Amino acid sequence: MANGTTIIDPGTELLPARPGQERGTPTGWIQDLVYTVDHKKLGMLYVGTGLFFFVVAGIMALLIRAQLAFPNGRVTSPGEFNALITVHGTVMIFWVAMPMVFGMINYLVPLMIGARDMAFPRLNAFSFWLTFFSGFFLLFSFIAGPGVYGHSGAPDAGWFAIAPLTSPAFSKGPSIDYWSLSVLITGIGSVTGGINIMVTIICLRTKGMTLHRMPLFVWLALVTMFLVVVFIPPLSAAQIMLTLGRYLGAKFFDAEAGGSAILWQHFFWIFGHPEVYILVLPAFGVISEVVPVFSRKPIFGYPMMVAATILIGFISAGVWAHHMFTVGLNSFGVTFFAMATLAISVPTGIKIFNWLATMYGGKIRLELPMIFCIAFLFQFLIAGLTGIMLGVAPFDWQLNDSYFVIAHFHYVIVGGILYGIFAFFYYWYPKAFGRMLDKKLGLWHFWLFTIGFHLTFDPQHFAGFLGMPRRIYTYQPGRGWELWNLISTVGAFFQAAGVIFFVINLLWSAWKGKIAGDDPWDAWTLEWATTSPPADYNFETLPEVRSRRPLWDLKHPEDPDWKFE
Amino acid sequence: MFHRAFLLLTAALPGTVGAQSADQVRSVQNIFAPVGAPAELIHQTAVLVLLICLGIFLVVGGLLFYAVVRYRRRSSDDDLTEPPQVYGSTAIELAWTVPPILIVVVLALATARTVGEIQNPKFNGDPLQVRIVGHRFWWEVHYPKHNIVTANEIHVPVSYLSAQRPVELTLASADVVHGFWVPELSGKEWVVPDRENKWWIQPTSLGIYLGNCTVICGLQHANMLIRVVVEAPEDFDTWVKQQQRPPNSDASTEEGRKAFGTNSCGSCHTIDGTTSNGIFGPNLTHFMSRQTLGSGVAPNDDANLKSWLRDPQVLKPGCLMPDMKLDPQQLDQIMAYLKTLN
Amino acid sequence: MSSQSLSTTEMEWQLPSPRVVGMILVILTETALFTIFVVAYLFYIGKSVSGPYPHEVLHFPWLGSILLFGSSGTIVAAENHLKKGSMGGFHLWWFITFAAGVGFMFWTINEWIHLIYHEGLTISTNLFGSTFYSLVGLHASHVLVGAILLGLILIMSLTGRIQHRHHQHIEMISWYWHFVDCVWAVVITVVYIISANS
Repeated sequence: MANGTTIIDPGTELLPARPGQERGTPTGWIQDLVYTVDHKKLGMLYVGTGLFFFVVAGIMALLIRAQLAFPNGRVTSPGEFNALITVHGTVMIFWVAMPMVFGMINYLVPLMIGARDMAFPRLNAFSFWLTFFSGFFLLFSFIAGPGVYGHSGAPDAGWFAIAPLTSPAFSKGPSIDYWSLSVLITGIGSVTGGINIMVTIICLRTKGMTLHRMPLFVWLALVTMFLVVVFIPPLSAAQIMLTLGRYLGAKFFDAEAGGSAILWQHFFWIFGHPEVYILVLPAFGVISEVVPVFSRKPIFGYPMMVAATILIGFISAGVWAHHMFTVGLNSFGVTFFAMATLAISVPTGIKIFNWLATMYGGKIRLELPMIFCIAFLFQFLIAGLTGIMLGVAPFDWQLNDSYFVIAHFHYVIVGGILYGIFAFFYYWYPKAFGRMLDKKLGLWHFWLFTIGFHLTFDPQHFAGFLGMPRRIYTYQPGRGWELWNLISTVGAFFQAAGVIFFVINLLWSAWKGKIAGDDPWDAWTLEWATTSPPADYNFETLPEVRSRRPLWDLKHPEDPDWKFE
Repeated sequence: MFHRAFLLLTAALPGTVGAQSADQVRSVQNIFAPVGAPAELIHQTAVLVLLICLGIFLVVGGLLFYAVVRYRRRSSDDDLTEPPQVYGSTAIELAWTVPPILIVVVLALATARTVGEIQNPKFNGDPLQVRIVGHRFWWEVHYPKHNIVTANEIHVPVSYLSAQRPVELTLASADVVHGFWVPELSGKEWVVPDRENKWWIQPTSLGIYLGNCTVICGLQHANMLIRVVVEAPEDFDTWVKQQQRPPNSDASTEEGRKAFGTNSCGSCHTIDGTTSNGIFGPNLTHFMSRQTLGSGVAPNDDANLKSWLRDPQVLKPGCLMPDMKLDPQQLDQIMAYLKTLN
Repeated sequence: MSSQSLSTTEMEWQLPSPRVVGMILVILTETALFTIFVVAYLFYIGKSVSGPYPHEVLHFPWLGSILLFGSSGTIVAAENHLKKGSMGGFHLWWFITFAAGVGFMFWTINEWIHLIYHEGLTISTNLFGSTFYSLVGLHASHVLVGAILLGLILIMSLTGRIQHRHHQHIEMISWYWHFVDCVWAVVITVVYIISANS
């Protein structure tokens, strides 16, 4: 039971140890992190990795926006620009969003289900380090050697690497291989991590926690990891085919040999669409945990939320070609995928209603986790609506490959997913570090970032309406795009300022934040039934699980959930 | 109404409103100011979708706003009591599932209809056939029935209700994937190396419509511009005849023509009636009839032409025409020669 | 409803075994990977611009299939011996399974030498070559991994590290091996039956 390095008596610890503090020395701290197989430390390593790459890819975004602020920009060369957009997108998806997802789930799921660790702790560490090193491998491409056109060797064919631009004829040198191989390696990390998490959830729940009593975050993690396990292999397969083509002359996407560029698209998007659900479902999980606690009511319609999630998971496998409405599919294909895309909006929209109904009749506490959730709801609503517009195929024929699409997916990923991640930080940082994040710094973070977000991405919808395509390194004056691009660039710097406040908050609060205690938010799930931070072994004792809110039952013995569920 | 508000927003920008003349360059392309089918067909569906989405936004956004304001914890609240713990309601959940399903059905039907109308059009009469081949970083344009080969500029006759002149575009690629998009005339379609895609336009307003390549194809993807010149039927016929004429051969530019040949320009470019028959670069037989050079990167005037001949990488860094290292005399001769190619 | 209000000490708390769920998921993810290569193979049937073509060079893989499918039978025999505690029988049948796997690798090498040097079919020859070698090669690599696993188990068992109580661990290895067999069945159907006859 107590096989950690120290035994912490619950309730007596006034100054919580920072993770790794037990060893006392800086090198001890580094050793601890390098050798660890503990899900909490690995979770924090994942999250920290995601934050690091977020700053790196964010700086790339600032460069991109600087180049596009004015027509005929001269901040970057065409080749540098193409490399920046490619690496910005690839890093944000695979080394920011995915590690954040794996980090959140790694940290929280064993605690939420009353387990001691993940099912396969060493595999967990292996998965993390694959992701960690492959990210640096990709970044290395910037300095790896001169590209053929004078810019760096970084990949430059866009984050979905459209064939045959990626064939050796059109992409000389190894730049595309940095893309394929780094993503292949992190993909292996993701799949092994996904298997680990699913096994943990299915097999390691504490006594009494049936599937119907799991926190929604855990349900969403389960469905997410199912999508990871099934839909990352298609990407790996496509990249293997691409690499075989680039090095051994395989003809998969070689038009002269009868190969098809469209086949690359199909394989990529069979991965690509479920990928966005892989990213958003954990954010839904955060919202589903935070909104009830700060509305002081249970989530409205738990069974329907689970059903909607599973339905989203299934339908997401059948909508991929809505990314391909313009490639030349026939009417049947276009109509089928349009209908499937519109269909998926139903369970997704329903979740928004359930969250709203949770807030109704509640006593909403506007603390920072909840503030970020409310912004999420507003922004995700808009993101979903622009998604419906894109799902109506004829409208997509105008909007696809334009700045409208860029606006849409940044609304989902930044306005939605990232806000969910921010809510995750403000809500669970106290559990991981034993100290609250500072509220004032948090509000600065929120307002600067939100203003910046809207300044950047709202105008991009209009640039799309006015015909501005994606991935252009500059544009001529007189196209009607100047004003929108300038506003968009200004917003990027506001966002950067917001992130700076956030990082300062994270660091300052680790030493100076208000002591949190076990359960600072008066919440109801199992992770709040142990110390902050938890001991290595997680729980000294576990409360009995007879409902979805075991701590509610403990705190309200006269009105426990299990009487009503 | 959105469309009008939109036009107002963009009206301040030059080139937007009221292009009635064939010389008016519509550099600001607004998908809410469609000119002819299929852009107009898309526009109708788009407005429907926008209105529905706007309605959903107002309702759900309003509910969110209301919930935050109305159910916010007041400082006067007794913090020790929790609100009623409501777990759910099957009736309410069913109730709010039905409207989204209905909306989705409506949108799906509208989608299916418009998709059919655009992808399987029934033309009145024979459409004008234009074959467009995408290259890195320019557009090759053929009029197969008229024996015309040109580049980057597509001329079409305007359509009237009484005299519709649909234009059927066959899209193919010589290298990688490109995208063809002239927003006010139609949605976009990919230009792919392993298949031909069929698309169409039927513009009803005179003007010069700008478009872009929409799929990243390399360094100069941004400057792979399209110009569709919609002109009166008589003007179109005049243009066709001009393009079908053999090129001028002026004795005064004989040296230029020779220099063009000896500097291996002809290994990439074709000029009818000469030994230059390369197909890697644009056909230059009627080069001076085009308004821009470098597929829209700069206007086709003396200064730009000189710069291009001196070193194309200055105007279009990364384009596939190398610096030919012409000496000043060759440059002047070739330039004089090219300027006779009307 | 009523079972949820019972205290859970009265209910038996039995969750699936992690190694079983883990292996099922490994098989699921590998299936997803193979599916894409199978789809590519099927999509490109008849689309090669030049030869050699499947019907010209493919012969039905009798020997390889007997070895591989047979090994699924022998591995079951080995497992039964282990469950009974008969280690000698386990060693024998496990060794035969391992040998069959290795035999399949040699058979594959032999087939490929013939295809490359005598028929002129390489991965870069045409679409058939690209899709054939990638799909069959992916399968062969999984047989190789399986054979290595079988070999490791054999060594561990011969040095006394494997006992009757490890039968579920061994069963998971055998599930992987059966999976590799199922993929071979798909490969035979798609490559040697469908494409060789179209």
